[in-house]
Amino acid sequence: MSLTESLKKTSLYDKHIALGAKMVPFGGWDMPVQYEGVIAEYTQTREAVSMFDISHMGEFVVVGDCVESGLDRIVTMSLEDLPVKFARYGMMLNDNGGIIDDLIIFRMEKDKWFLVVNGATTEKDLEHLKSSLNPSARIEDVSSVTAKIDVQGPLSRDVLKSIFPGIEKLEYYTFDFFNYLSKNILISRTGYTGELGYEIYLPWDSIDVLWNKILEDKRVRPAGLGARDVLRLEMGYSLYGHELSESITPIEAGLGKFVDFGKEFIGKEVLLKQKEQGVDRRIIGFVSDNRRSPRAEQAIYALDGTEVGVVTSGTFSVALQRGIGLGLVDHGVVKKEDKVLFGNEKARSEASVTSRIFYKGGSLKD
Amino acid sequence: MEIVEHLMYTKEHEWVLVDDDIATIGITDYAQSSLGDITFIELPSVDDEAEQFGEIVSVESVKAASDIFSPISGRVIEINTELETDPALINKSPYEKGWLAKIEIADKEELSNLMTAEEYENFLESSG
Repeated sequence: MSLTESLKKTSLYDKHIALGAKMVPFGGWDMPVQYEGVIAEYTQTREAVSMFDISHMGEFVVVGDCVESGLDRIVTMSLEDLPVKFARYGMMLNDNGGIIDDLIIFRMEKDKWFLVVNGATTEKDLEHLKSSLNPSARIEDVSSVTAKIDVQGPLSRDVLKSIFPGIEKLEYYTFDFFNYLSKNILISRTGYTGELGYEIYLPWDSIDVLWNKILEDKRVRPAGLGARDVLRLEMGYSLYGHELSESITPIEAGLGKFVDFGKEFIGKEVLLKQKEQGVDRRIIGFVSDNRRSPRAEQAIYALDGTEVGVVTSGTFSVALQRGIGLGLVDHGVVKKEDKVLFGNEKARSEASVTSRIFYKGGSLKD
Repeated sequence: MEIVEHLMYTKEHEWVLVDDDIATIGITDYAQSSLGDITFIELPSVDDEAEQFGEIVSVESVKAASDIFSPISGRVIEINTELETDPALINKSPYEKGWLAKIEIADKEELSNLMTAEEYENFLESSG
């Protein structure tokens, strides 16, 4: 059996092929990396609207009181004060404070929670949740029946409001249920691009009708994972398996603001200690001095040649017309505005340590 | 994929235009399409010695870095410096504005190691 035969396909697979997509393996799925080209799709998203098939993500429904069910103790964000129809980003940690996954939790009803996790970690996450939730909680894995499309870009609200009247009322990180083809579907104002945008969750078998319907609007074009990666990296957003893993904590990953220290949660002790005593390493952002892009797994060096860390993600920033990267470095060795080198034994390039938010002109909160 | 009749080609998808003793080199339409949007290029310096099928240029696309090999041996006499600020010219015009370098051919015998347009077309078809 070849590798491609063992990859999972979303229900839009045939549409991607018909649209001329280049497909690549991603977290066990055969996904579109690009259609007309990464930069064209990037620009389309920053200036108009793009639509992404993100059906590989995992989704679970948990029913139960957030504290009694044990869910609140499993995740870093606070759930008790989350209003119904609001969403919140956070992480699930192991006992050492390492990140099992990052996720968004939607409060559908007072005691009903919708969890969206990464595609490649869905099975692992489900096992962790099942073994950590209290017996009173009910959990259902709806990943195989839930498709997801992201509509992102400054014109996304204008495009979607004719199909989903009322969507214009959604604020950042809120969601609602909309009727489509006599089905109740969840749409949230969230995304991974830094632009105004929406994520649409709907039954696996109705997605192609909606995909076609949205594409009828000539302002919308499909975009692949290639553009998505440039868009997310320009915003400094983490990607599981790169900036986040079971051997890195939220403090080291620079995601402390998504941790509620006012409650009890798995891994809290380690995080508290790191907060008090500081961390040995942390994620930084850096901008290449030229058009050369850093690549994941390259080394990061101080100017004197000492190796100080590793590149976790790197790409070419279309906005800056320079290479940008995130990297895990020894804490205290490099500071903001310091010069560093990235590369390998043979060739190294200069870069400057900066804020990890590389792009600030997005329509995210418009 | 566009293939230009009067050029010669390598299996690594480079092309060469021979004009007397001077070879202009570049990458094919197939190569630029496979690489995707080219964002960075490192050209050789004038007077560098190129070796047939040896690394001569490195390019980066949004996702990856790749090496380009010289179709012919000889001294580099000119480079397309416009690519340094606008490497996307290679995507837009791989056979014309996206040329990489001009080389003073050291040994014309080496041309017999290259493919004609027809042979390259067959090569592309057979490699799927």
